[in-house]
Amino acid sequence: MADILLTGGLVATPQGMVSGDVRLAGEVVAEVGPGLAREGAEVVDCAGCWVGPGLVDPHVHLREPGQEWKEDVESGSQAAAAGGFTAVVVMPNTDPPIDAGHLARFVADRGRQVGLVDVIPAGCVTAGRSGQRLAHLDELWAAGVRLFTDDGDSVADAGLLRRAMEYLSDLGGVVAQHAEDRGLAGSGHLHEGEISALLGLVGIPAEAEEVVVARDLAVTRLTGARYHVQHVSTAGTVELVRAAKAQGLAVTAEAAPHHLAFDHREVLATDPAFKMYPPLRPPEDVAAVGAALADGTIDMVGTDHAPHAAHEKDVPFEDAPRGVIGLETAVGAVLGAVSLDPAAFFARLALAPARLAGLEHHGRLIAEGTPATISVIDPGREWVADRFRSRSANSPWRGRALTGRARHVLLRGRFTLRDEEVRW
Amino acid sequence: MDGADVRRAIRRIAHEIVEHNRGTADLVVVGIHTRGVPLAVRLAEALAEAEGPVPVGELDITLYRDDLDRRPTHRVGTTRMPGSINDRVVVLVDDVLFTGRTVRAALDALADLGRPRRVQLAVLVDRGHRELPVRADYVGKNLPTAARERVSVKLVEIDGEDAVLIGDPS
Amino acid sequence: MRHLLDIADLSRAQLEGILDDADGFVEVLGRPIPKVPALRGKTVTTAFFEPSTRTRLSFERAAKALSADTMTFAPGTSSLSKGESLKDTVLTLQAMGTDLMIIRHQAVGAARRVSEWLSVPVVNGGDGAHQHPTQALLDTLTVRRRFGHIEGLRVAIVGDIRHSRVARSDSQAFSTLGAHVTLVAPRTLLPVTTRDWPVEVSASLDKVLPDVDVVYLLRVQTERGGASVFPSLPEYVSRFGMTRERRARLKAGAVVMHPGPMNRGVEIADEVADDPDALVLEQVSMGVAVRMAVLFRLLGGEIDG
Repeated sequence: MADILLTGGLVATPQGMVSGDVRLAGEVVAEVGPGLAREGAEVVDCAGCWVGPGLVDPHVHLREPGQEWKEDVESGSQAAAAGGFTAVVVMPNTDPPIDAGHLARFVADRGRQVGLVDVIPAGCVTAGRSGQRLAHLDELWAAGVRLFTDDGDSVADAGLLRRAMEYLSDLGGVVAQHAEDRGLAGSGHLHEGEISALLGLVGIPAEAEEVVVARDLAVTRLTGARYHVQHVSTAGTVELVRAAKAQGLAVTAEAAPHHLAFDHREVLATDPAFKMYPPLRPPEDVAAVGAALADGTIDMVGTDHAPHAAHEKDVPFEDAPRGVIGLETAVGAVLGAVSLDPAAFFARLALAPARLAGLEHHGRLIAEGTPATISVIDPGREWVADRFRSRSANSPWRGRALTGRARHVLLRGRFTLRDEEVRW
Repeated sequence: MDGADVRRAIRRIAHEIVEHNRGTADLVVVGIHTRGVPLAVRLAEALAEAEGPVPVGELDITLYRDDLDRRPTHRVGTTRMPGSINDRVVVLVDDVLFTGRTVRAALDALADLGRPRRVQLAVLVDRGHRELPVRADYVGKNLPTAARERVSVKLVEIDGEDAVLIGDPS
Repeated sequence: MRHLLDIADLSRAQLEGILDDADGFVEVLGRPIPKVPALRGKTVTTAFFEPSTRTRLSFERAAKALSADTMTFAPGTSSLSKGESLKDTVLTLQAMGTDLMIIRHQAVGAARRVSEWLSVPVVNGGDGAHQHPTQALLDTLTVRRRFGHIEGLRVAIVGDIRHSRVARSDSQAFSTLGAHVTLVAPRTLLPVTTRDWPVEVSASLDKVLPDVDVVYLLRVQTERGGASVFPSLPEYVSRFGMTRERRARLKAGAVVMHPGPMNRGVEIADEVADDPDALVLEQVSMGVAVRMAVLFRLLGGEIDG
């Protein structure tokens, strides 16, 4: 098989962004530099693009096993490849939930079968996601799980959280928390504020997220363990994370593209394409989350890709399930909402999530010998999100124009996306 | 027609009405919105001068039109009859008689308001091109026109001047 | 204006235009034959997913007075409701031959969703706690006919504002038409914020009472909102009930209104409800006229200006 030569891009190397070419031989990077020799290589034009480590999404729902009408590993992998991703961390709130080793292995095997992205299963913190007692954490660890979450629900019992953290800190794993206090969130459907008051709908105050994060950070301080805040949506949460980091706690945080691009005024039209948890917040919170992603207080982007079938979302707002897809629009949405230079872009969408999930093969800046697992991003590409490879189309960007898109993706030297087409 | 022509026509029609009905007993003059209404008032004044006072009503036919689907809706106007019209002689008054559809709608509306003994029609201008079997009993002026021409009547009460104008469709 | 979903969508000119048309329909309803052929051959479907008799009957009466045919859907009386989605239900009704659909549903935004699925005009007959546009139209018509104008009037809306679609629609309609609106309720029954609403807020009915021209009483709702938000009914009555004693303290010419059905002895005293000056029954007849105006507008063409 001939070497592949990615020419004319801006390459993310350990020395910073470098204009030049990247030569791939087999599954590794052979050479990086300007004006590399072209003989014997398949030349792939990357002019105007950023060439960097394959993107990693730390928060994705692929719905398999149990809810395949919304999405499965195959359709979700296609969506991920189309979005520029080479690895996704898959949330365990499937049916059955991933609270045992064999279930984690099932998900990982399915990912390998499809072969388009590395599918990394996350495991539940509690058995059955019931919040009552710990899941078989050691079994999950043996099956390769490094990130633990009851996502969809919070781990509400602080004592249980403490035990999980202490157990995992021996092994080196991380607890990721979906922060939602059930008492404060109640039966709310959107942010509690001007828009919910106008609509006459029960809302979810920012505090429903913040009280959980504040409490969890105290437990983190107590245990000295690693802790990851999923889908940060409020300025208050940003401040809690900033303070915790300043105190030296091993805390990381992620934000979803929809919390960077939309505020709660979008919900006035009561379109369920804008319904998710955490809900869209007021402009002040959106600005704070965007600024935090820019300055690194929020370490990474996680799409919280949450497919729901058309018939499930084609209902009145309060009857619709929460969640929106995001794999295919992430790059355009992030570039459109936050000012990130190429180095910061790859830090937030590749390096940091790979580090969180303990992925050695991903998130490596490009240099001789690093894996040929690469995303080529065209930051100026204008396109309209009118078709999706995901089985579901519940996207708030549906029909809207975006700027920025993945052009090519390689996984271990093989194209999974070429000229924006998914390749098997 | 100019202002003087209009005034003369109304006076003549008033005399014709008196003659035809042998007086003004049981007469009610009803103007069709919009410009039929001031014409009806003027006609009633002329009748009062000629013979004796005659009550005036106004009729809005928006709710009886047969072309609601094809035209932008007009406002729903006022319909007011001076007492019962049962067994009276109603003289409908309009500015222009053209296809006859407005008069048909007015007859339907009158039928829902009562049962007149007789209905007569007085128009300032008859421009021909009937699409229904309707004819006027009293005509101010016959004005042969091409169907695509626009005939507009202006009245002091609404437009600030009295005139009848013919023009090409703009 | 293709649909009537939300009072907030209507300009002052559009609101006044509908009220002007409604005056014409009041006259029609006063005739010996209270019927006009304007919507002959059209079918108006009422799809009421929330129990209601008065609003549904009012719409049906309005449709029939315009010579339209009516079709009625109510879940529980129809096999259509068995597990069928809202979308499928309304598409089926449309396929049976519908020129306009009136929908009442417990979910906020249901009417807007339906308007996106159907190709015919949609009228919101009430969606959760969000909007009830025709109620606001009939209430403003009633007040305009009683006072001759709305501009400058002081209107107090009293009761469970938080869970009331009538409060939302009426406060918007009255203030757009130039009235001063005050919402009177305890904090637990006010929306979480009214910061950018064109209204004042008060927790004391007694303080507001002497200055108002219209006292609009909301029903104490037990079927919406679940958890009890005030300690007891007697406490509610003593703080916010329109008692005979409070009625006597209203200024001359002030009126009491209620959207119905009334909880006698709770938000409104028996004697006040039966007061010949109470506008409650007047509101009901204005309701038919205003709904005629809305149906006529939506099926007869565009509202200009």
